[in-house]
Amino acid sequence: MASGVKPRVKAPKKAEAGEVVTIKTLISHKMESGQRKDKEGNIIPRSIINRFTCDFNGKNVIDVTLEPAISTNPYFEFEATIPEAGELKFTWYDDDGSVYDEAKNVAIG
Amino acid sequence: MDFTRRETLALGAGAAALTVLPFRVHAAADEAIAAFTGGADVADGGVTLTAPEIAENGNTVPISVDAEGAVSILVLASGNPTPGVATFNFGELAGSQMASTRIRLAGTQDVVAVAKMADGSFAKASSTVKVTIGGCGG
Repeated sequence: MASGVKPRVKAPKKAEAGEVVTIKTLISHKMESGQRKDKEGNIIPRSIINRFTCDFNGKNVIDVTLEPAISTNPYFEFEATIPEAGELKFTWYDDDGSVYDEAKNVAIG
Repeated sequence: MDFTRRETLALGAGAAALTVLPFRVHAAADEAIAAFTGGADVADGGVTLTAPEIAENGNTVPISVDAEGAVSILVLASGNPTPGVATFNFGELAGSQMASTRIRLAGTQDVVAVAKMADGSFAKASSTVKVTIGGCGG
C-alpha cells in the first residue's frame, strides 16, 4: 500500500452549457518504476498507478493507461466538454489494487 | 596513454556492445508501435508532440500531445529500459484531443507519439529531448 496518496483536482465550479474547460489533476504517489535498486542491490518492486479515468455524469472524458515512465506524482492536464450541470468524477487505479477517487461539481451559469 | 593488447581488446568489445544496445531498444519501441497499430501504415504529421529540447532533469519532463480527431494517442520513449510511457484514450466528452503530463526519460532520446484517428488511420510525431540527468536511477 502506497502511503500518503492524495489526489488534487483543479476544475472550474461553473461553466456555460457546452463549454470546453481545462482540468488539471495531480496525485501524490511515488510511482516506483521497478527499475531502481536499493543499497543491497535488490530491485525495488514496481508500484505505480496504472490507470486514470475522468467521467462526467457517467460519460467518459479521458482514460489514460500509465506506464512506469510517468513521473512521480502523476500530473495530467486535459479538456472536457460540459454539456449540463453535473459531477466530474476522477479515479486512479493503483498496482496494489487500491482505487483513489475525487469528485467535483460543476454548475451551469 | 599506452594500451596493452588486453585493454585494447576489452575496449573493442565494449564499443561493440554499445552499438548493439541502442538498436535493441529501438526494436522494442517499434514492437510497441506495431502492437498499437496492428501493423497498419503510420503517416507523419497530424499529431503534435510538444517536448522541451533540453531537459535538465530526466525525472520530470513536461510533454504534451495534441491530435485533432484522434481516438487514442500512444506515447513512447524509445531510449528507456521499457519504451511505454502512456496511452491516452479520449471519451465522448473530451473537449479536445489534447493532454499534458510529466514523464521520466533515462537519457537523451526520441520521444514518439502515435495517434489513432477516428477513421482508423494512424499518425506519428517524434521529438528529440536532450537529457542532462537521467531519470531512471541506479
